[in-house]
Amino acid sequence: VENVRLLDRLSSRKAALGTLYLTATHVIFVENVSETRKETWVLHSQISSIEKQATTATGCPLLIRCKNFQVIQLVIPQERDCHDVYISLIRLARPVKYEELYCFSFNPKLDKEEREQGWKLVDLNEEYNRMGIPNNYWQISDVNRDYGVCDSYPTEVYVPKSATAHIIVGSSKFRSRRRFPALSYYCKDNNASICRSSQPLSGFSARCLEDEQMLQAIRKANPGSDFIYVVDTRPKLNAMANRAAGKGYENEDNYSNIKFQFIGIENIHVMRNSLQKMLEVCELKSPSMSDFLWGLENSGWLKHIKAIMDAGIFIAKAVAEEGVSVLVHCSDGWDRTAQVCSVASLLLDPYYRTMKGFMVLVEKDWVSFGHKFNHRYGNLDGDPKEISPVMDQFIECVWQLMEQFPCAFEFNERFLIHIQHHIYSCQFGNFLCNSQKERRELKIQERTYSLWAHLWKNRANYLNPLYRSDHGQTQGTLRPQMAPCNFLYKFWSGMYNRFEKGLHPRQSVTDYLMAVKEETQQLEEELEVLGERLANLQKSQLNDDKVRSKQQDRSKQLGLSTSDNSLANTPQEYSNDLKSFPSRSPSQGDEEDSALILTQDNLKSSDPDLSANSDQESGVEDLSCRSPSGGGCLPSEDSGKDSDEAVFLAV
Amino acid sequence: MEFAELIKTPRADNVVLHRPFYLAVEGTLCLTGHHLIFSSRRQDNAEELWLLHSNIDSIEKRFVGSLGTIIIKCKDLRIIQLDIPGMEECLNIASSIEALSTLDSVTLMYPFFYRPMFEIVEDGWRSFLPDQEFELLSSVTDEWRLSCINKEFSVCPSYPPVVVVPKSIDDEALRKVAMFRHGSRFPVLSYYHKKNGMVMMRSSQPLTGTNGRRCKEDEKLINATLRPGKRGYIIDTRSLNVAQQARAKGGGFEQEAHYPQWRRIHKCIERFNILQESLIKLVEACNDQSHNMDRWLSKLEASNWLTHIKEILTAACLAAQCIDREGASVLVHGTEGTDSTLQVTSLAQIILDPRCRTIRGFESLVVREWLQAGHPFQQRCAQSAYSNSKQKWEAPVFLLFLDCVWQILRQFPCSFEFNEQFLIMLFEHAYASQFGTFLGNNENERSKLKLPQKTMSLWSWVNRSEELSKFQNPLFEANSLVIWPSVAPQSLQLWEGVFLRWNRPSKFLDEAHEEMINIIKYNKELQAKVNALRRQLAEMETDDRMQENL
Repeated sequence: VENVRLLDRLSSRKAALGTLYLTATHVIFVENVSETRKETWVLHSQISSIEKQATTATGCPLLIRCKNFQVIQLVIPQERDCHDVYISLIRLARPVKYEELYCFSFNPKLDKEEREQGWKLVDLNEEYNRMGIPNNYWQISDVNRDYGVCDSYPTEVYVPKSATAHIIVGSSKFRSRRRFPALSYYCKDNNASICRSSQPLSGFSARCLEDEQMLQAIRKANPGSDFIYVVDTRPKLNAMANRAAGKGYENEDNYSNIKFQFIGIENIHVMRNSLQKMLEVCELKSPSMSDFLWGLENSGWLKHIKAIMDAGIFIAKAVAEEGVSVLVHCSDGWDRTAQVCSVASLLLDPYYRTMKGFMVLVEKDWVSFGHKFNHRYGNLDGDPKEISPVMDQFIECVWQLMEQFPCAFEFNERFLIHIQHHIYSCQFGNFLCNSQKERRELKIQERTYSLWAHLWKNRANYLNPLYRSDHGQTQGTLRPQMAPCNFLYKFWSGMYNRFEKGLHPRQSVTDYLMAVKEETQQLEEELEVLGERLANLQKSQLNDDKVRSKQQDRSKQLGLSTSDNSLANTPQEYSNDLKSFPSRSPSQGDEEDSALILTQDNLKSSDPDLSANSDQESGVEDLSCRSPSGGGCLPSEDSGKDSDEAVFLAV
Repeated sequence: MEFAELIKTPRADNVVLHRPFYLAVEGTLCLTGHHLIFSSRRQDNAEELWLLHSNIDSIEKRFVGSLGTIIIKCKDLRIIQLDIPGMEECLNIASSIEALSTLDSVTLMYPFFYRPMFEIVEDGWRSFLPDQEFELLSSVTDEWRLSCINKEFSVCPSYPPVVVVPKSIDDEALRKVAMFRHGSRFPVLSYYHKKNGMVMMRSSQPLTGTNGRRCKEDEKLINATLRPGKRGYIIDTRSLNVAQQARAKGGGFEQEAHYPQWRRIHKCIERFNILQESLIKLVEACNDQSHNMDRWLSKLEASNWLTHIKEILTAACLAAQCIDREGASVLVHGTEGTDSTLQVTSLAQIILDPRCRTIRGFESLVVREWLQAGHPFQQRCAQSAYSNSKQKWEAPVFLLFLDCVWQILRQFPCSFEFNEQFLIMLFEHAYASQFGTFLGNNENERSKLKLPQKTMSLWSWVNRSEELSKFQNPLFEANSLVIWPSVAPQSLQLWEGVFLRWNRPSKFLDEAHEEMINIIKYNKELQAKVNALRRQLAEMETDDRMQENL
């Protein structure tokens, strides 16, 4: 469709004219401006909703909201075209078969072997070995070999040595969806562990001997402690309501030596609505400070984030400080349980704070234990009530921790944002389907590529320059402040206003430091070469035979010094770039020249498929949010920048 | 008066000091004329706390049996608690602190007694003289002149002795304009934008009153700043409503009819008591110990602090935009021209002028646009967030300015030569200091107090390399561009370094900062090494060549 206008959300005056293309996998908008031909790519799987708005004089507006929080507003001149686009997108955005998803057509030009290597990057058996398992207390169980006991669990499950197949199967029958207690994390320093399961089918009075034995076995696997915590991550009221349906929670009287604890994390429906409300706030056009803060509070989002964090902190403390094992569950044990177990692991073990370790963590607590990616992130058309930002919340928890412990993580914010993007993108096979069983049936590993290999290949872009493996913050357990430090939890504009570049800091400390470190590395290398040359030269001066070696050396030096210069000049080059920007007429009121955004270039290079999606322009502050018109001022006298401009243009 | 009269109990033993995030410490408390000194008695590493009495905002006392507790709330927002055994000692100490922290006379303040322990390299009182500034200006334009009309502070008590005005306006005209402006603050030059020759002026409101008085000289003065055929903007920091109400009290605003070449824009930046209340509420919220996330956000919202930040920044961006983008001259004023006006003019300069983003340039900005421009520091900073008294002159006007600078610094972390600590240091010294810089309400008072002769300047201390190194931003890369901050709510944040400074653990953030410094330091070292080696090699090679030629 031609002559489509892409509106800038912050300012109606800045609209780009271009052509809209629909392909099998993407919506693509290409600007008409000949020298740039700026492109905006949106994956169909990223589309969360499409809204056709009332036709205006200029055309028919189409609003596309994306799962990665991009909002695209198009105006299509012809009503009929608009309707066609609308209908097609609705269909394309809601595929019904896995085969329609992008990952089955996505081809990064890797051969078969590279693909297989990619899938091998994260190996969970290796991970359990790293934890020190199997050992005297824990072993791998093949009870779920053919998904015979629990179809949402992996085939390989780690359980206490004293838990026989009989106990496991018995216990599984007493647990929702047969998700019996299994090992998530083991702390080899003190034998304390984190296990996970679903809720017991206790109703008001039912008990199950095998389940009680199972919990007993978990306790025995930690000889240093005479009890275990059972953490129910639901609000007490919800758990009690479940009893009426024959489910519920463990009765302390029936289980010997457990301490039972509720931690009120709300369910997926509450979280979905909360995110919805927060996004509405993010979408407000030039909100006042009050609008924004009220909206943020009203959404309850940060409260929920804090609840998840508090649960994770509680468990990490129990394991690290008290040396007590913990069994975590919620209802089905695949949402809140995954969040809480992974946050706790992240706090406990520095390995999970490395790039590789984080991949392992996601693979362990989310992918293998049957977090329902397909349902939660709406990859295939399904029940909208199943959709919920469970993993988004976990990713945000990591970001909140990164803000509090800036040196503790090997990866940076961009790494998290890109993982979030790919939960929805369906570009890689990792997060497809609802369980390991489904993925095996679809032969995901033979037919698609692994995200982890892709991220690993580009790892230089995801490094946190402040991370040093021998730094104090990278050692041992992280101990975040508990309540009352509410103010520690902050709105993450880098995620939720990700595409409003104008809202973010114009200079990125991370990128700056990354450039410095890269330069440092080059300097180190050059230093070495120079040192060698010096030694050579001295030697050659001693000997009389000098001419030849010198010439060689000189050519070497030339190559090196240019590469070095270009690096040393990064900042200057950068501003030169800006200076060469076409200067604009003042009436445009644009503020391009100051836009010192290192991030963009880096984003572009780091992940081409991602940056293609993002609107690359801007980073430029818009005036409409700077001088909010009307804000308490009489319209006749003042003010919105627009009216001033109008006067000026008239003169 | 002798301080000794106020100190009934100069020393108490077995006092326990409580601070957030530190273990309680036992030690000895001593009171001197200007300090409260606490010293732990541990031999290994004796810990000492020195607190200026003038830093104390309020104190509370409590008794449990004979154990007294004094809670001291400071102007820098820190709260400490002292447990003092003995009811009488405790009462004595509390009343002494109360008396010593609320001394009436400026000349009794610590700066008059302070003797520096460092060598004075440069007298800060002479570091930023108007003549030097003017020299810089006259190198680029000859349209302005220095006027000594206010030599004895006879025309405007809150202006410095010399001001910069348009060359074409003589002192006689200035005198008439002064009569027409609130507090005689006639329009003077605040900033000259070299890029396009546009200027920013500041003044107080015109005294038009209800019957629309006018003053030809005033009109002539401000028109003198316009290029032929060009227009200018008047940014009134009050809402139109407030400006209209001001007419009833003799004030007012420039009527279009009399200033046809000027377009007036009203912004609404709040005044004293509203700002003070906002600060009190904000600090209350930050100190709130409740566990509820929602309460925190709504309290933050209810304080309106960030709303004020947004308003001030918006007005400053607008002024900067008029100058740089519209190519127009600007006049800024509110009512008195000593508060919101200065916030706007100084922030606009930070945005426009790279020099103001250097340490030296920022100091010069504070001197020009705040101290010499007559911001009444003594009145505004007499009390901070814990004040109980409802005096109406206190207001965190300068703190709001510093907060706005921090917001811009956060958005452009590589464009400032100074770091957050520098801003925090200025905040502290504006409220309580051993230096005389922020004493008095204007140059007039400062000269009467003979501050330059009798006290030490803050700048004498700061500008020594030992101190400067603490305030330097390791990421700084000179950026000659205009920097446009975002004022969207998502882009503005609570200044944790000030408001949560005492109630959050900062260890990990400090470590990160240190790491950053090390990364850059190491890089610089390597660069130096490489350069040295290159030089050495080049020399050896030329030596070689010379030998060859021989």
